[in-house]
Amino acid sequence: MSTSTPSPSGTRLSPHLRQLESESIGILREVVAEFHNPVMLYSIGKDSGVMLHLALKAFHPAKPPFPLLHIDTGWKFRAMIEHRDQICARYGVKLLVHTNPDGLARGINPITCGSQLHTQVMKTEALKQALDKWQFDAAFGGARRDEEKSRAKERIFSFRSAGHVWDPRNQRPELWNLYNTRISQGETIRVFPLSNWTELDIWQYTRAQNIPVVPLYFAAARPVIERDGQLIMRDDERMALKPGEREQVRMVRFRSLGCYPLSAAIESQAATIDEVIAEMLATRTSERSGRLIDTDEAASMEKKKRDGYF
Amino acid sequence: MTDTSDSAAAGAAERKELLRFLTCGSVDDGKSTLIGRLLYDTQLVLDDQLAALERDSRKHGTTGEDLDLALLVDGLQAEREQGITIDVAYRFFATPRRSFIVADTPGHEQYTRNMATGASNSQAAVILIDARKGVLTQTRRHSYICALLGIKHVVLAVNKIDLVDFSGERFHRIVADYLGFAEPLKLRSITSIPLSARFGDNVIRRSERTGWYEGPTLIEHLEALDVSEELAGKPLRFPVQWVNRPDLDFRGFAGTVASGVVRPGDRVVVAESGRESRVERIVTADGDLSEARAGDAVTLTLTDEVDVARGDVLAHADARPEVVDQFAADVLWMSEEPMLPGRSYLMRIGTRYVPARITSLKHKTDVNTLEHIAAKTLGLNEIGSCNLSTATPVAFDPYAENRATGAFVLIDRFTNATAGAGMISFGLRRATNIHRQALLVDKSARVRLNGHRPAILWFTGLSGSGKSTIANIVERELHALGAHTYMLDGDNVRHGLNRDLGFTDADRVENIRRVGEVAKLFVDAGAIVLCSFISPFRAERRMVRELVAAQEFIEVFVDTSLEECKRRDPKGLYARALEGKIKNFTGIDSPYEPPEEPEIVLGRSPLAPEEEARRVLEALKARQIIG
Repeated sequence: MSTSTPSPSGTRLSPHLRQLESESIGILREVVAEFHNPVMLYSIGKDSGVMLHLALKAFHPAKPPFPLLHIDTGWKFRAMIEHRDQICARYGVKLLVHTNPDGLARGINPITCGSQLHTQVMKTEALKQALDKWQFDAAFGGARRDEEKSRAKERIFSFRSAGHVWDPRNQRPELWNLYNTRISQGETIRVFPLSNWTELDIWQYTRAQNIPVVPLYFAAARPVIERDGQLIMRDDERMALKPGEREQVRMVRFRSLGCYPLSAAIESQAATIDEVIAEMLATRTSERSGRLIDTDEAASMEKKKRDGYF
Repeated sequence: MTDTSDSAAAGAAERKELLRFLTCGSVDDGKSTLIGRLLYDTQLVLDDQLAALERDSRKHGTTGEDLDLALLVDGLQAEREQGITIDVAYRFFATPRRSFIVADTPGHEQYTRNMATGASNSQAAVILIDARKGVLTQTRRHSYICALLGIKHVVLAVNKIDLVDFSGERFHRIVADYLGFAEPLKLRSITSIPLSARFGDNVIRRSERTGWYEGPTLIEHLEALDVSEELAGKPLRFPVQWVNRPDLDFRGFAGTVASGVVRPGDRVVVAESGRESRVERIVTADGDLSEARAGDAVTLTLTDEVDVARGDVLAHADARPEVVDQFAADVLWMSEEPMLPGRSYLMRIGTRYVPARITSLKHKTDVNTLEHIAAKTLGLNEIGSCNLSTATPVAFDPYAENRATGAFVLIDRFTNATAGAGMISFGLRRATNIHRQALLVDKSARVRLNGHRPAILWFTGLSGSGKSTIANIVERELHALGAHTYMLDGDNVRHGLNRDLGFTDADRVENIRRVGEVAKLFVDAGAIVLCSFISPFRAERRMVRELVAAQEFIEVFVDTSLEECKRRDPKGLYARALEGKIKNFTGIDSPYEPPEEPEIVLGRSPLAPEEEARRVLEALKARQIIG
């Protein structure tokens, strides 16, 4: 009874990260207490890593009472898939993987079909298929409000009517921490436990808690090509070189990970997490500037979200 | 980047605190410009955003050659035109000392609910005033809402001070005006700061053009505000969120400490039941703790096997919350559907959901003049002073004493929309401070003695459908079987218990409420209660259903057709109603809402009452009410 730990999260967390952590844990528990069949969307990135870590904490000594779901477009970096399988084995959490079989049959890919169609079919449609297939009534996502303008107004408990439709005009006011978790048959809720975290918070927390991340976040000499002003890493042979393009080895890292043809690298020397944080404190471009899917159409993210994208 | 600057940045980050504040004001006051300025001067505006800003400033800007910082936050112009900016946007920035979450809320009256949403999670508010215009109606409204939502720290940001030539005299006059009006709102601290969001004076950078001002800049003030001990210093409240039971050896109560501090060994009570125990361990994934404070998400284990469930509140035995089923509260209405006294809503308070009704609306408050106005309902964005009653007693503290345990939301039971938000003022005397006595003989003991289970048999149907006839036979048969029974009949009850009630809608609701409460007492005593009431509305029947355990309420729908009832017309009432001599007669000029999922349906085929009664008895056997 006399063990003395100053805070629920050890000595290394600042008060501000501890507050964010507690808030997120409260959100995770709330969903488990109120919903029949929740699932956690696991995209393998740093935000997913933090979200999973929080879930391991929230239900301790029990395991998180829900599975992880990875929507695999078939175009993730190989290092991401390796990381995913390692993490799931290490923590003994159940992983579900779903790929849109129609999209696969139609040969949808991010290179010749364009990012918009690829994302719609292989991510948004695939996600809806998976939610329907396993009849999930609540799905956790790792989105943050600081990521993108339209996310700044997203609720923590985001209500979807039957068919996964998001109506931004018909969202429920969220006062205090009194989340309204009531839904009718066929309706679902998407829940964003990391809503109030910033990119910097994610990294500082990842460092303080030693959360494993995909090595691609750290700078290394990698073969990249320059395409439309962005550095793209050719992760396999499916991405053909265009005339004039050539592979060159540069010191790069990724701030945000997705399908490899759609995730641009940045030139960086930051090879450790401390260096990544230092670089971010000094950085002058926003996180999603390397995400090609955000700019493919005006008011881009807004539209994707209406369609059911996370 | 060198090692030293890296660890210095990391060091500052280790101590960093979080402050949530909201900004109130309309676009004209320069609210967006101020937020843009905070983001820009704390260097949260990044190169790609800055490039976009420079482009937009030339195109849409209102500031000539300068950057128009308002465009940073007003970015979703298309959205605004579609009318969905009527919302709270959250923005983030940080200084080496603190991280800030800004709830950016629209200021117009039709967005009062949005402002309240932002205020509910904020520790401070920045209220903007245009130095040229001074204190306006909207200033009053914003301050009132902040005070109502329990914000103690207000910053009066007197903006556009550059447009009044940095006049100290003008500033002091505005501040004096404001303090005079804000005095009754009981805000703990009001700090007034002259600033120019457009040029950055006194926002982050101290202005040389307001030499007469010696107070802090806005950011200095926000960095220094002490809000840390506000909840930790209050009595312990631990709403149980989830019972963690991974195996038979561990039973933990997961939740977030709402207020106060808890330590192993503390004597605690379950506020609602009065059961006592001691805290055994404070469990976290990082090991057991020696204490947990307000805001910490932990898991408690207790030394005894007491009955604790989600929704219960644990408190120290010597500093308990009130446990009541009736209280007074301020309610802000947030739904297009008006609030109706008497209607049943679902209340969420702490981690508990409980059916609740507004029993009376004392008055509503004009948010601009603060005048009290008599009202029958509350519309969207209106604020009223109400009495409420809940189906079961709930633990609470007055909102003014504890924001974490004095707040609730009301949910529309049909649409599930969040319809209202409430702040409890006080428990009503008749219910307050009567802590439930844990009784030695309880319902299960009585059931063992009686040899049957208690239940409410609720007969509903049109006048003349045969409810009372069938109920009488059922009671006779139950009595013959040795069961303890009691009959509550509409007409009989109105001669005694409910003789003071008439036939207005409100009185009808109260009639059923009292019958339900009496029936509940009989159920607690172990009896089978037969209730025969037309009870035309689903909401009232559900109200009674929720008073008792799920298997204890048996709705018997006597579904005799209106034609058949009219033909029978045993009391001659239909004839008189059809002649217009009785108003509001169910089935004629007042609706009957048939049950959606009644446990028993009778009357659809022409059976004798004895035969119908036999079917009820069979159903009671099937449900193991009787042997």
